[in-house]
Amino acid sequence: MARGRATGEGGVTNRGIIDSRRGQATAGARLEPAGYVARHDERGRTVLVLTGHWTLRGIDGRAGALASELRGYVQEGDKVVWDCREVRTLDNVGALVLWRLHGFAHHGGIQVRPEHAALCERWSQRQAPPESLRPARAGALDTLMSLERGLRSHVLDFTALLGQIALDSGRLVRRPDRIPWKDVSATIYEAGVRALGITALVGALVGVVMSYLSALELQAFGAQSFIVNILGLSIMRELGPLLAAILVAGRSGSAMAAELGVMRLTEELDALSAMGISQTVRLILPKIVALAIALPLLVIWTDAVGLLGGMVAAHITLGISIPSFIHAIPSAVPVVNFLLGLLKGVVFGIVVALIACHFGLRIQPNTLSLGLETTNAVVTAITAVIFFDAMFAIAFRGVGLP
Amino acid sequence: MTPETIIDMEHVWTRFGQHIVHEDINLRIVRGEILGLVGSSGSGKTTLVREMIGLDQPSAGHVSLFGERLDQIAHDALAALRNRCGVLFQGGALFSALTVFENVAFPLQEYPAIEPALIRDLVYMKLTQVGLGPEVAARLPAELSGGMVKRVALARALALEPELLFLDEPTSGLDPVTAQAFVHHLQGLHRELGFTAVVITHDLDLMHDLCTALAILADHRIVAQGSPAEVAENPHPFVASMFSGERGQRVFGITAS
Repeated sequence: MARGRATGEGGVTNRGIIDSRRGQATAGARLEPAGYVARHDERGRTVLVLTGHWTLRGIDGRAGALASELRGYVQEGDKVVWDCREVRTLDNVGALVLWRLHGFAHHGGIQVRPEHAALCERWSQRQAPPESLRPARAGALDTLMSLERGLRSHVLDFTALLGQIALDSGRLVRRPDRIPWKDVSATIYEAGVRALGITALVGALVGVVMSYLSALELQAFGAQSFIVNILGLSIMRELGPLLAAILVAGRSGSAMAAELGVMRLTEELDALSAMGISQTVRLILPKIVALAIALPLLVIWTDAVGLLGGMVAAHITLGISIPSFIHAIPSAVPVVNFLLGLLKGVVFGIVVALIACHFGLRIQPNTLSLGLETTNAVVTAITAVIFFDAMFAIAFRGVGLP
Repeated sequence: MTPETIIDMEHVWTRFGQHIVHEDINLRIVRGEILGLVGSSGSGKTTLVREMIGLDQPSAGHVSLFGERLDQIAHDALAALRNRCGVLFQGGALFSALTVFENVAFPLQEYPAIEPALIRDLVYMKLTQVGLGPEVAARLPAELSGGMVKRVALARALALEPELLFLDEPTSGLDPVTAQAFVHHLQGLHRELGFTAVVITHDLDLMHDLCTALAILADHRIVAQGSPAEVAENPHPFVASMFSGERGQRVFGITAS
């Protein structure tokens, strides 16, 4: 035993921490922790006899403590001899602690077991790692430049996407048998049919809210019958298309972007290209066509359910019967408002699909980028929908309004 | 003194519904050994390895890791045992959103007994040990070649100084020169760090150069076990077809009898 012999040979000046705290790291099996015994030899030198397992689990969080204790001896200079022959096992953590104290190569005075020599040799030849991986902190100008670069790449990518879609559409017009109808139909089901429930719920609730709020004001003026005009106009012209588009952007926009991103991650996009199959024809065009068809249909559905909710609420608060409400709608709201809502549905559908595909194709093959660009796709799609809604409001300000 | 047993599988049976994968498998791996686990595709090699780390439970029989029965162990103790193991997954399984440095540093940062001041030095040492320079540290996994991904994954598997290393087809997808260099590195690391390893492989060169023992999995059983030279002489049809082919003869120098 190292410690026994050390005590016999010379005055023990210090005994390394030989506690056995935190045995949990070794799952029950007792492991002799890293320690040391300091003694003096006959020539008056300090001999540091290292004992135990100088490993991650043998050191067990005491690297700093051991190093600072041993550093006291190191300051004695040449008069210290390191005896590592009692070290049971040595790994990189142990070698790192010793290397910081001794350096292995710079001066002699260290004895190691032959099986540990290779690792010590490795550490002695270690090259200093670079100071920092992070580039220097960006100044205001750099931030501005990178913003400009990001914006430019978005504009370029989006233009390229539009151009590719135009070219591929042209080709498909000449070869209509190549149109991927199955993909279109699948996307209509996924983005349209499966969104019926949520659009109905939201539409009905908003109809009820609108109806209740307006009813109070209208009662104050005795203009109860105008509830039909308010509900009909606002839901068909504005709320129906907007709600349906926002819900579809959240549901399908994120799904489309993530789908393209995962296909990038798994190299499926590359596989498609390598087969000579156009990504735009098989993946992007079907999404755009499907949303351009599905969203106006969803708008009709949302309009209907929203008006139904409004009607029921109007019946309860103002006592307007449902048949008379329905009867009043055509005369109160010009049909052009409903058609305008459908047109908005088509435009919003195309916008949502285009933006989702644009961001989906920008996803880099890593998990961080997948989450980031999917979020960007949804946020941008919703913002764009509201922006286009404002454009519609300005462009059609003289149409369909009293 | 007999060497310490690291993994002990006794009478292990594995069934997936009606489908039997393992029938009465007995396998013992001792400290310092590099065991090559060989078998045709679908013979249950990966399942066997998953049972060794306790990711899957066998249908019958029991597995001991570092002398602890995995079916009787507490959850925390199992996590501590797994800290002593490193796994190199076949595809690397690097965290794609983290840089090479962050990938290797990740297990070190999560392990409570490592002082943060040591991490940087340790990460760069691991990269050196697998033959990568500091210039790759800032790259993302997507910017690495296949061989580099394997090396970074090995560096990450080695991060917590494992006593036991599982390598799932470490040379698959590498060109022969890169594979040879990778095996060479593994040999050097084994000398330096003295770990025990279980290697799933189909690579005859790797079996010959790296493994100190082989276990052949065929017909749901271990049909041959021992040193590569002993196993290569085994008369079982799968073993014979594997080692007495033209390549087997070239690598192992077996003369067809």
